[in-house]
Amino acid sequence: MMQASNLIQPTFWQATAMIATIVLTSSTGEVLTAAAMKSMGDLDVIRARSGMKGAIRAVVTSPLFVAGIFFMAVAFFSLLFALNHMNLSLVGPAAASLTLVTNTIAAKFFLKENVDRRRWTAAGLVCVGVYLLAH
Amino acid sequence: MAHHRLTVQQFLILAFVSVSVPLGDTALSHGMTSLPAISLAHPLTLIAAVFTPWIALGILLLIGYFASYLTALSWADLTYVMPATALGNVFVALLAHFWLHETISPMRWMGVALITIGVGFVAHGPVSTTPPLNLPTTIDEVEDPSLGDALEGDAIEKEQVR
Repeated sequence: MMQASNLIQPTFWQATAMIATIVLTSSTGEVLTAAAMKSMGDLDVIRARSGMKGAIRAVVTSPLFVAGIFFMAVAFFSLLFALNHMNLSLVGPAAASLTLVTNTIAAKFFLKENVDRRRWTAAGLVCVGVYLLAH
Repeated sequence: MAHHRLTVQQFLILAFVSVSVPLGDTALSHGMTSLPAISLAHPLTLIAAVFTPWIALGILLLIGYFASYLTALSWADLTYVMPATALGNVFVALLAHFWLHETISPMRWMGVALITIGVGFVAHGPVSTTPPLNLPTTIDEVEDPSLGDALEGDAIEKEQVR
């Protein structure tokens, strides 16, 4: 690429900081969204009671959901920023697989999910799997 | 209040969460590559691209993904839904191999295997390990008697669906 030669290659720590920003912001966004949906109760039941409009209103008026979307947007723009400096083949798999691990940790401590040995193993396997598949 | 069984509807929602992202991304990619090159000097052509059939289909699939992902999170744990999302990568690899006849390296087959095993691990366990926060757990907790009836009615309805 013509542009790539003009760019200064990021140092190891700069690259780590960029990937860490994507991972932390997208994890925060996903956990906030999950917390919003959990606190709402079964959305299928809400839809059965108050229709599609009622279900959509319940989701978009939730402050946790709005906060989650905000962090997801920040994550998206930090991904764009990182892609401007690094290759997709590094950023994509690294961010996707590390987010799985941070999501699992956050789900245990913030969402109080029962992350037993089965789920830890699964998170580890899927994390390595996503990395291998996308690399 | 760990519940283990998925209803048919819940299973279909999770299945859609897995397949909609690869299908949507493929539709977007197909749509964008079949368009003439778009330059930054004419950004409005990007808006026009949204209304071409493949791009529109891709966007619809991704909106559907987000809606079903949120619905799944309302009755399932994040650590349960996450592996289902990752299964989408496996579908991409299988489609690329069997449909597009792309070569998949042994490392990627290893990735396919690991994700599949990981999903199997989680799918074998409970769907949700946290109590629903806004719903009373027993009928006794309901102060409004008419609401109690409604909940009972719901429970009966759910049993019938199963």
